[in-house]
Amino acid sequence: MTRVILQRLLQGLLVLFVLATLTFFLVRALPYGPFQDERAVPSHVRERLEQLHGYDKPLVVQYAMRLGNLARGELGTSLKVMEGREVTAILAQAFPVSLALGLMAMLIAVPVGVAAGVIAAVRRNRVVDYAVMAVALLGICLPNFVIGPVLAELFGRRLAWFPVSGWEPRDLSFMILPAVTLGLGSAAYLSRLTRTGMVEVLHQDFIRTARAKGQRESWVVLRHALRGGLIPPVAYLGPAFAATVSGSVVVESIFQVPGIGRLFIKAIETSDEALIMGPVLIYGSLIVVANFLADLVQLWLNPRLRSNS
Amino acid sequence: MPPLLDIQDLRIHFHTRDGVVRAVDGVSLQVEAGEVAGIVGESGSGKSVTAASLLGLVPMPPGRIAGGRAWFDGTDLLRLTGRELNGYRGKRISMIFQDPMTSLNPYLRISTQLIEPLEIHEGLRGKRALHRAIDALESVGIADAAKRIHAYPHEFSGGMRQRVMIAMALITKPDLVIADEPTTALDVTVQKQVLEVMRRLQRETGTAVLFITHDLALVHEMCDSVTVMYAGRVVESASAAMLATGPRHAYTRGLYRSNPAGAGKGCALYSIPGSPPDPARLPGGCAFRERNTLGDADQCLADHRPELVEIAPGHHVQDCPGCLAPSQD
Repeated sequence: MTRVILQRLLQGLLVLFVLATLTFFLVRALPYGPFQDERAVPSHVRERLEQLHGYDKPLVVQYAMRLGNLARGELGTSLKVMEGREVTAILAQAFPVSLALGLMAMLIAVPVGVAAGVIAAVRRNRVVDYAVMAVALLGICLPNFVIGPVLAELFGRRLAWFPVSGWEPRDLSFMILPAVTLGLGSAAYLSRLTRTGMVEVLHQDFIRTARAKGQRESWVVLRHALRGGLIPPVAYLGPAFAATVSGSVVVESIFQVPGIGRLFIKAIETSDEALIMGPVLIYGSLIVVANFLADLVQLWLNPRLRSNS
Repeated sequence: MPPLLDIQDLRIHFHTRDGVVRAVDGVSLQVEAGEVAGIVGESGSGKSVTAASLLGLVPMPPGRIAGGRAWFDGTDLLRLTGRELNGYRGKRISMIFQDPMTSLNPYLRISTQLIEPLEIHEGLRGKRALHRAIDALESVGIADAAKRIHAYPHEFSGGMRQRVMIAMALITKPDLVIADEPTTALDVTVQKQVLEVMRRLQRETGTAVLFITHDLALVHEMCDSVTVMYAGRVVESASAAMLATGPRHAYTRGLYRSNPAGAGKGCALYSIPGSPPDPARLPGGCAFRERNTLGDADQCLADHRPELVEIAPGHHVQDCPGCLAPSQD
């Protein structure tokens, strides 16, 4: 087990290294830089700025310096979006917001998606199944930027159950609408995956054995079928979780949530390298960790995998 | 005393795109308390569907019970609701399935699965249930049962898994065990061991067994009475001894002749030509006519189905002159 964990850790570091390298060179390949502005910047000012931030050195030297700083845990300073502020400090403020929102979204998506998928599988090819799957398809097809404003209009303005937008750190009511918007797509996709997994398992011989024992149908589903049926959705949950908690540009913009998704887009627009690198590395780490967790859950669900490793 | 299980004129239809398949078409058979009754037939003869219907395990749709009764201790099993049937399943009637590799839940420990019938039907849990389960596992000849009971199915071999299935079926001391080709999926050597276990436990517990197989040789090792099925119907039924000495129907005779153990060394082995008719398009007359080489196919009924008649006390056979005609050779 320790060997597997160590192996995964090294793999994760490699992933982060590749991500950092790609990000660095892609940002530098952009046709605009952080020292350009709508108004023309006098050339001597610009040269001075480039010198100050090391942009005058050869690219390879800059790359080496950047990696060295990253290895020491220094993300650098934002050059444009939040001029002069440490990226670490910016992220320390914005990431918890995205994380809370993402966790809330998953907290909604997982139970709803799994329950809907199980119900659809048990009532396969009946009205309930068709209804659930139709709603799920709609949930997959409708983009965030359609669902978000509709929810804001309906529950924020007309019914006034929740605030239309904004964010208060310890106020759940601000979280509901963006979390639902963010979670709906995942819930829809999860329900379809769960249904597929459950339908497959419910056809197996051992389900018939459980029924032949006189087990109630609800227990046949929960005790005998659910474990196997959850394997496909769990594989999807790893990356989905990472994507959700690392911030959504669209949802954070619609509901004016001060998370990292919005920062990230602004950083790209202005070629603010340090502020691009931060979120990319957070997202990368989350993907690595979430996939590892998903694998652990798979091991827990499936004893046959356990004996092989 | 009435028989423990009395199936009368059972009809099970499957509604498919090709039309209505009459998988079971008027089957009657009895199982006395404590006896081992065999059903023999090829794949598709309706023997497994007959067995599955008793516990409501025929998938419906596409299946449908089109008629008949299955009296078990005064109750018609075919007319029970799912909830009522759950009182019988695994308690008074339990089932052993063909493929032990897929019939145990791969996600749950053997202990969990063995204890389950006790939980459901006797409300037994914890230590006491575990002790009963260990005893059951020991009784089917699994060494070191107290330790191995916590294993998962994939850690057991096929033969061991089938022993677990047997232990699971018998753990509630049922009146009837339905064994649907319990050894077909096993190696020949393991087959013998598993049959030995079944026979020993059947004698010890006095449980009646409905033993389904396509292997006539097994029937004679295991069964007191035999029902031969073909194309969803009973073609012949008798005590095992009677059938061994005087099979009457051409199909039954064919089954005996095609058994390697019965043929002399060096003789060409007989085999029944062709394959069973498409159950969606059964002929109007005798269903065995096309394959009848031991009787006289020309005399087989062409216009109506042969009915079962009693030709000797306890010996029933389909009344088709072509199939009852003596062998030509």
